This record gives sequence, C-alpha cells and structure tokens, in this order.
Amino acid sequence: MPTGVPIEFAGITKRFGQVAAVNDLSFTVEPGRVTGFLGPNGAGKTTTLRMLLGLVAPSAGSATIGGVRYKDLPSPLGSVGSALEAASFHPGRTAHDHLAVYAKAARIDPKRVHVVLDTVGLSEHGKRRVGGYSLGMRQRLGLAFALLGDPGVLVLDEPINGLDPEGIKWIRGFLRQLANEGRTVLISSHLLSEVQQSVDEVVIIARGELVHRGPLSSLEIEGAATRVIVDSPNREALMAALAAASATFEVARAGILVSGLEPGQVGHIAFMAGVEVSSLHRQKSGLEDSFLALVGEGGSL
Amino acid sequence: MSMFFAAFRAEIAKLLTTRTWWILAIILFLYIGAVSGGIGALFGFFTTSEGSGMGDEAPPTEFLAPMLYGSVSTFGYVFPVLLGALAVTTEYRHQLLTPTFLATPKRGIVLGAKSLALFLFGLFYGLIGVIASVGLGAGALALFDLDTQLGDSDTWAMIGRGVLALALWAIIGVGLGALIPNQVAAIVVILAFTQFVEPTLRAVVMFADWAASLGRFLPGAASDALVGAPSLFNAGMAAGGPDPLEWWQGGLLLGTLALVLTVLGYFVSWKRDVT
Repeated sequence: MPTGVPIEFAGITKRFGQVAAVNDLSFTVEPGRVTGFLGPNGAGKTTTLRMLLGLVAPSAGSATIGGVRYKDLPSPLGSVGSALEAASFHPGRTAHDHLAVYAKAARIDPKRVHVVLDTVGLSEHGKRRVGGYSLGMRQRLGLAFALLGDPGVLVLDEPINGLDPEGIKWIRGFLRQLANEGRTVLISSHLLSEVQQSVDEVVIIARGELVHRGPLSSLEIEGAATRVIVDSPNREALMAALAAASATFEVARAGILVSGLEPGQVGHIAFMAGVEVSSLHRQKSGLEDSFLALVGEGGSL
Repeated sequence: MSMFFAAFRAEIAKLLTTRTWWILAIILFLYIGAVSGGIGALFGFFTTSEGSGMGDEAPPTEFLAPMLYGSVSTFGYVFPVLLGALAVTTEYRHQLLTPTFLATPKRGIVLGAKSLALFLFGLFYGLIGVIASVGLGAGALALFDLDTQLGDSDTWAMIGRGVLALALWAIIGVGLGALIPNQVAAIVVILAFTQFVEPTLRAVVMFADWAASLGRFLPGAASDALVGAPSLFNAGMAAGGPDPLEWWQGGLLLGTLALVLTVLGYFVSWKRDVT
C-alpha cells in the first residue's frame, strides 16, 4: 500500500504581467487526511495546483511533494495522481486507449488500466470513444487517470463538479477510504457545501492569498458573531424590554435578531419584563457563512 | 534513456489509437497513385501513338520513369507534414499536454520522442507513397511497353531517398505544429504553402537565373533534390540554368529545417505554461 507524503507550498507566487494570481502562498498538506482547498472562482486554486504539478512555472517560491519538485520525481504518476479538468481527452480515443497511452509513458503495468477503469465504474464503457461520454463519465475517467499509478498523493481539481448525486456519494466515500489508507488527498472546490462532508482540513484562499488554514471545525469558531432570534405575540413589549436593557437588536421577518447576548440572557430580560416569548433560539451560523465572510464580498459565484 | 523510450512508445500509441494516420495514408496512396499512374498513362499514350505528332514532345523514358516515381516527394510530402503538425496541435486543441506532461514532466524528452515517432511514421508514409508511385507508375509504363527503369539500381536508390524525404517532412510537421499550435491555422498555413505558395514560387523563379539559384533552396525543391528525380518543375527549365542541389545537400537542408523548426517550436509554445 503506497503511503502518502506531505505536499508543501513555500512562498509560491505567480504573476501574469502586473497581476499576482497567486501571492506568497505557504501551507502544508498532511497525509492521512482529506484537505479541501477552497476559494471563489478566480482565487488562484487551479494555478496553484498547476504550479505544484510543474505545468505552470512559479514566479517565485516552490512547491514540493515529499521534499521533491514534481519534475524531479523519478516516477511522477506513481507518486502523485492528479485530475485537473474534465476536458483533457481526445474525443476519438477510447477510455481504455487513453489510459494505456499514459501508462506506457509513465512505465506503469498495463494491467492497471483495467483495474482503475473497474474502480471508477467504467469497465463496461472502456472500449467506447470518449467523445460520447457524459460529463460525469469524463470526471470518472479523469479520476481513473489519477489512480493509474496507485499514487500515495492525490490532487483533484473540482472532482465533484458534474457528478450526479450517486456519483457524489460514491466519491465522498472513496476519498475517505484513500485518506484512511494513509494517502495525502487534496481536493479543490469553490463551494464549501460541496466538500464539507468529505474534508478534515481546509485551506481557504481569496484573491491569491491564504485567508484561513485549519481543521474544518475551526470555521465554526471563526464565523460571524452569533445572534439570537427571539419572538413574542407582543413584539412591542418585547422590543421595549430589550431597549430598556440597552440590547442591540433589529427586526427581521422571523422575529427579533439580538446581537451580543446569549439566549439565556435574552430569556431573562423577557421574563423580568413579563413578556411572553413564543420562540427563542440561537441563529445557526453555517460554515458557508464563515466561508463567505472569510473570502469577502462578491465571494462564491 | 528509459524515460525517452517510454515516451516514444506512448507517442507511437497516441498515433495508432486515433483514426488520422490511416485516413491520411489512404488519401496519400490514392493521390500519388492517381498522379503517377495518370501521368504515366498520358505520356505512354502520346509516346506510342504514332502519327499524332506528339511523340517527339513526350519526355524520354529514362526521364519519365524517375519523374513518376519521384512524385512521392513532389506531390506526397504534404501528408507527413500534416500528420506531424496534427500530432502536435491535437495536444493543444484537446488540452492533452496536461496528461502528457504529468506522465513525462521533462518536456524536451516528449518533443524528441514525438519527432522520432513521426520520423518512423514518415518512413511508413514514404513506403505507402512509393508503393503507389512505383506500382501504378511502372504499371502504366509497362502497359505501353515502355522501359520502367526498375532494373537500374540508381532507380532503387532514388526510391529509397524518396522514403527518407517523407520521413524528414514528418519531423518538419512536428516543428510547424509547435510553432503554430492553433490546429486550424497550422493546417491552413501548410496547405497554402505546399499547394500554392511554393509551387508558384518555383514556377516564377525559372524565369531568371539568379532567382532560380535561390529557388533551389525552397523546401520542396530541396526535397526533390534529395530524391534526385527530375520533377515536373524543372522539366520545363531551360538548359543552362543553375544545377539543382546535390541529393545530400537537399537532405541536409530538410534535416536542418526540421531541427530549426522543432527547436523554435520548443521555445515558442512547448515550454510555456500549460493552463
């Protein structure tokens, strides 16, 4: 069983003319976990991954896999498997031949072609030309290419895009299994909700810069300040009581939104003023809200 | 070295797993067969039909036979160029450079392996073209009881050089593809140059000696010089014009062109960021 090695980005930067698409990005991706690489479209995720894989030359800094640059790996596909875009196929070539070509180039046992086609559920379609494939089938073929060398490190760019619900469920379990086997798994996405069920760690970038790094749960703490929703059959009385207690609040459709207080404190104010309360709970601050707060205005489109 | 050999096997597999190579090979065979057989039959008819008054104007058979066999270079070189250019531009068009460079991150090795693979396919195209030009050309001559010159070892040496010419043209195609990664643009440029610009120039330069001596260095002229067969272009050239290049000079010129275009292509597009 291949074991994963860490991926390390050290001050990696890519400038296109005057514009810095990726600016001084440094972080490490550990083996045995699924790491989500998140950020809005145009944040520089794909450019960062392409620099890791030697496809784009960095303007400054370095990216290594187990301390080695991709170009210097003795067996690139056997060390790192990657799926970058769904369209990287010759439409006139069959899925089987597509994989066989790159197995030859990377000196991988041709038997692996059948193994990976079977793993991603394409073995029945292997002899068909890729031109007739659906988007979901292309995604699976891209994943088969990534798995060809049975690598310890997997780098997948937007792997969930275009999959049907069944495929999404399958890939979530599959990524989990790969990480449990000790491999390093890095997946990018522009939607936190798409990957939040699969990832252990998150690396969030916006406008080419790192904005957050930590376990998924760290997003809940760093999120927007908690608010309490409270309502009463007699709103005026409740609002007067809150104003008397000099609480900050605003009126919303679902009730009154109180900031800076715990639900218990709000309940106490109402109780002391003798106002009947019909609902009282903490507003759910989703991970997605924290994510959007981190990546800033005009974020996830 | 093992990385080069692996990349070379992959390049061969890339060519064999799509339809382009055999479609072009079939068109090459039909085209060269029609040209060589057609012209052979035409001249054979004129030469043998007595009293038509045309017999004197038809070229003698020691000239006619090599001209027919050499049509593999004069008319056929566009096919290996197209195959070579398509092999490169397809990588750009279908974003295949991503998996290609992921499997073989040393890009110079990939381009070298591709050039060698195309050289072999060029040899194969040369064989197909020769089977067409010699098979149908000699067949047409034999039909009119004309000497096919096939007993002459010089003829066979010339045929061998025709195969080599097409192999060199395939590498030129690789270089052109890397220089012009846009597939449609590359095809248009190749067809325009080989089918219009070069033939026009070669016809025009015949009118002045100084131009004709420069015209010998046009790639198609160099290719004909390598083959060493009288081509339709210098058939009409006035005696006393500049001698064509020696066969080895023509071969050297083609080989240099292939190398220069490929190295230029490497710097212009191949080593760039793949986004």
